[in-house]
Amino acid sequence: MLGNTILEMRGISKSFPGVKALDSVDFTLRSGEIHALMGENGAGKSTLIKVIAGAYEKDSGSITLEGAPIHFKAPQEAQNNGIGTVYQEIMLCPNLTVAENMYIGRSHSPIVNWKQMNEQGQRLLASLNIPARATQELSSCSLAVQQMIAIARAVDMDCKILILDEPTSSLDEDEVHTLFALMRELKGRGVGIIFITHFLEQVYEISDRITVLRNGKLVGEYETIALPQIELISKMLGNELDDITGLKKYEPDVSDASVPVFEAIGLSSVAGVRPFDFTIQKGEVNGFAGLLGSGRSESARAIFTADRVTGGEVRMKGKRVKIKTPLNAIQHGIGYLPEDRKGDGIIEDLSVRDNIILTLQVLNGFFKPFSLKQAQEFAEEYIERLNIKTPTADTPIKSLSGGNQQKVILARWLLTHPEYLILDEPTRGIDVGTKVEIQKLVIALAHEGMSVTFISSEIDEMLRTCSRLIVMKDREIVGELRGSQLTESAVMNVIAKGGKK
Amino acid sequence: MMRSLMKRFSHLFLPLSVMALLIIINLVKGADYFRITMVNGAFYGNIPNIFFGASELVILSIGMTLVTAASRGQDISIGESATITSAVFVQYVLQANEVTLLTILVAFLLSSVVGLALGAFNGTLVSIFKVQPMVASLILFTGGRSIAFMIDGKLSPILANDLSNKIGTVIPGIPIQTPIILTVIFIALIAVLFKTTNLRLYVEAVGTNPNAARLNGINPKKVIFLTFLIMGFCSAFAGFIAVNKAGRHDSVNLLKLIMMDAILAVAIGGNSLNGGKFSITGSIIGAYTIEMLNRTLLRLEIEPAMIKVFKAVFIIILMVVASPVVRASITKVVDKVRGKGRGASAAMTVKATGDGEKEE
Repeated sequence: MLGNTILEMRGISKSFPGVKALDSVDFTLRSGEIHALMGENGAGKSTLIKVIAGAYEKDSGSITLEGAPIHFKAPQEAQNNGIGTVYQEIMLCPNLTVAENMYIGRSHSPIVNWKQMNEQGQRLLASLNIPARATQELSSCSLAVQQMIAIARAVDMDCKILILDEPTSSLDEDEVHTLFALMRELKGRGVGIIFITHFLEQVYEISDRITVLRNGKLVGEYETIALPQIELISKMLGNELDDITGLKKYEPDVSDASVPVFEAIGLSSVAGVRPFDFTIQKGEVNGFAGLLGSGRSESARAIFTADRVTGGEVRMKGKRVKIKTPLNAIQHGIGYLPEDRKGDGIIEDLSVRDNIILTLQVLNGFFKPFSLKQAQEFAEEYIERLNIKTPTADTPIKSLSGGNQQKVILARWLLTHPEYLILDEPTRGIDVGTKVEIQKLVIALAHEGMSVTFISSEIDEMLRTCSRLIVMKDREIVGELRGSQLTESAVMNVIAKGGKK
Repeated sequence: MMRSLMKRFSHLFLPLSVMALLIIINLVKGADYFRITMVNGAFYGNIPNIFFGASELVILSIGMTLVTAASRGQDISIGESATITSAVFVQYVLQANEVTLLTILVAFLLSSVVGLALGAFNGTLVSIFKVQPMVASLILFTGGRSIAFMIDGKLSPILANDLSNKIGTVIPGIPIQTPIILTVIFIALIAVLFKTTNLRLYVEAVGTNPNAARLNGINPKKVIFLTFLIMGFCSAFAGFIAVNKAGRHDSVNLLKLIMMDAILAVAIGGNSLNGGKFSITGSIIGAYTIEMLNRTLLRLEIEPAMIKVFKAVFIIILMVVASPVVRASITKVVDKVRGKGRGASAAMTVKATGDGEKEE
């Protein structure tokens, strides 16, 4: 079933100032295969695909496309040679129609034949089974369909190789399956697909072969069926595998009589979450489980008053407190790591140091700035403690990898020594190694007496860390699981049954 | 060490190199460019004149930098605000029987209060009502000079007292012109403000990512409002210097269109007009550079009517040279030239440090 080798890369190296991003890496792609490119953040996946797509020039090594040596200097050249790339963030214009998005910038003629363009677009959509109309505005399509339209745009030009960089990271399960159907369709047509993802399940569901990179070096190339998941993880991580299996949950010693660290009664917010009650004990790790849109993030935001609270009352250690703004919440010892790291978390232009000290500095007051020395000490302490990989504390946070950015935000909150820390999707879009580090950190913090709410869309991650799960559905709490009840099927059951009374 | 120092001041590369270029042009025109003469016990000459002439612009650029950084927009009413505040200043001074230092001080404080009020007006529109800064300040830009005219009551009231004269020119016994000293005092005040508060962190956080700033306990509305307040005070201070320099209050022409130069100073200073990280030092150097440019064009004896054209051409060249596109290609060329010489040794270092990743 697998075809001939269409792309062959030998001994590819690429350096950036201070970093060797790729060190003599080999990679081959056959026509009609889906080839997963795996590795942690910083392993060199992005650099490799950018070399293929012509966004970066290689320092050394050779690339042959269907036997002919190639040397792309610009993305346009790669596109003209049948290499299409779809990046993680959809780079289309939401206010244009589907067909306009598919053909924009593709013709050099100043005259547009709208009728022909729409017909052509409709035919392409139909042939790829994409559920959209050519004349419909892009913003009215779901994210998955938008992603598929980006793919359609990329494959339309006699595409031989399609590169998909994290195409599924913002899609829900159904959408992922529609996308996979499209990938299989393209595969059947002989397109070679390079697939990058953090979701291991998806790799096993769809890929034929796997190439693993680590620290810019090739670890190996494997047939997917011949490589058990646990081995894949160990190849990606090196020897850190014991960490995952050795993770021990912490069950705090909680008697029902003890006063909860935080207690909400009938809390509701403008984000539309139904009034809910919630308590958390000292040293407890609990989580809001539920599907996307179930209200798990909205509840967390209501607790922190990230969204304006419309009703209910809040108690800390039994005392009623008034929390009206995030600043009040911080002053009462609550920390909140937001779901949207880029939009709500990092201050992208500021240094790692400023990003770490930000909240403590705000807590300290407008008229009491830390000296540079003090700030540097705080930053260095947490860079070391959380093993943040950054050249210096002065480096702008935006030049760090996603996982390290997340650690900086974590450092920011840990520096304020909160009594209660809310982590909303702390591990989304970051590499396996950092995920494990964060899970371990959460458990270690609980040992030290911090209360943590851990929210994740990966249920197994929550099962590993939380001692109590609050299950949500349709913006309402529908159940609570603890102890031996904590299994994936139990959570599913509660979600399935809950809500409709 | 050298490298980190260079990195730290890299944002000042543009304004400083422009300045250097202007100095070279001036020296070519005449070697006596730096000559300073003593007239009536005070220094005069090309350089002191630049410092003297740029006083108001420097002060206004500082405020503009803060407003730009926090609100991601510009206040275009600064010249008009300064005209209103200085009108108040002049009226208070004129109604006094005898002009003493106290009169001047009270008049200045009064005009500062008006400046703060005008800043608060713009700030409220921008921070609470979320009006685009340029649109919000368009109101005062349009109406400001009429308001000042109404305060004046008559055409161009004259400030004919000894103290105003001293403030606008020199104080006998002090060899440096008073506006230069006032500017230095103002810069020192701003430096103290930055040293004793978290203004920089707050403004940069709000300007870069207001959502994240809010979730970390900073109130973006308050911060933006505060920058407009500071802008208002800058306007009052600049108006105070300008009116004393002029000796009369000309509400039609006082600091006319100065916001254009102030915005330009912010840009030359290497600041993004879209907010975020900022450099006050850059803006100050930018302001002096603009004054230097104006005076260079005069010195080159370009026809007054043509000066604006030359200025425009110069600015276009400057902005193209400073654009990220050109800068990136320059860096590339520099790296290539350097790389040829050092290629071998660089390769050795990478090998020696293993993967080279932990190295800075």
